[in-house]
Amino acid sequence: MIRARKVGKRFGDKRVLRGVDLDVARGAFAVVTGPNGSGKTTLLRLCAGLAVPSEGELEVDAPRAAVGYLAHEPLVYRELTALENLDLYGRLYRVPERRERIGMLLERFCLWDVRHDRVVSYSRGMTQRLALCRVLLHEPELLVLDEPYTALDTAGAELLDAQLAELHGERTVLVSTHDPDRVAQLATQQLALA
Amino acid sequence: MTYFADVGALARKDLLLELRARDTLPAMLLFVVATFVVFHFSLPAHSSQLAASGLLWVAILFTALLGLGRAFVPEREQRVLDGLVLAPCDRSAIWLAKSIATLAFLGAAELVALPVFALFFHGIGAATVAGVVLADIGICAVGTFLGAMAVATRARDLLLPLLFLPLAIPIVVGGVGASVAGSPGRYLAFLALYDVLFGLLCWATFEYVVTE
Repeated sequence: MIRARKVGKRFGDKRVLRGVDLDVARGAFAVVTGPNGSGKTTLLRLCAGLAVPSEGELEVDAPRAAVGYLAHEPLVYRELTALENLDLYGRLYRVPERRERIGMLLERFCLWDVRHDRVVSYSRGMTQRLALCRVLLHEPELLVLDEPYTALDTAGAELLDAQLAELHGERTVLVSTHDPDRVAQLATQQLALA
Repeated sequence: MTYFADVGALARKDLLLELRARDTLPAMLLFVVATFVVFHFSLPAHSSQLAASGLLWVAILFTALLGLGRAFVPEREQRVLDGLVLAPCDRSAIWLAKSIATLAFLGAAELVALPVFALFFHGIGAATVAGVVLADIGICAVGTFLGAMAVATRARDLLLPLLFLPLAIPIVVGGVGASVAGSPGRYLAFLALYDVLFGLLCWATFEYVVTE
């Protein structure tokens, strides 16, 4: 599903990614590790289609509608409620049976009781859970998750573990993390960026 | 029809955000009324109607600039633009929806501003109102496009007026002409032509503004 050959990325004179080779098959669970500044986020943005490589070749065999991207930021509006945010994305992604799907996700990530509250009143962990709902809303074929465990408490992290285990083998997952042990059981391959 | 459904969902979101945050419209209203008060006292007594008509367009342009400067603030604060760009909808829908929302704010500000102008200076004719409507469309189309360009840069607050004001000169020419000329038809046609040309240009090229 993802094929990268000598992919690099520059921002002006600054090189943030160099010579990355990566093959991720459909249904694989790829883990990207590396220290801060090694280019994990840049690589994931490239794979999500938010940026184009400055050098090398990158092929992602998934249309825009089939990609779910979890960024450092939750990509939701703080002045809207969880329900309103998910409804907006549900409409844009043309999610069938949108309301049922939104309700199911909000219940699964324990946000149902606060669905009418504005996101600005959420804790960082609750916002991250909402971001995960947003990513999963349209049942993407390719999940690109940039440090998904950030800000999640134990319960939230366990929810994400269960969700990823459920998707394992069915969806292609590309996840960056500082804690590869957390997803070691699911990982089918690992890429360490220097 | 899905394109217009996307535009509707995005525009509704912008109106809802303004209803909640009340960041833009109150500032535009205060600004335009304060500007007319300043103009009222700065113009010499018995100044010509021509001068006052010119000031109307200056006030409209800078009030619009205030709204345009805030148009992409919600997207910038949480980098939500990435989320919208990734969505499978046509990216021009983002521009069109934002233009419609900004047009609604500018129109609402003018609903107050034009009577205030009439109170302080002189009455407003149908040609001026038509000119304002046509000018608003051009201002919001071009300004929203440039706002999306500026929001990606560090000097966004500086860049938007620098890019927008030169492109708004034809709008001022058409607007003032429609307000003061004996036969305003050709000025209104000029404004309509500007709207069509720049609207199509912005619609067709917006994708390149929000993607690499």
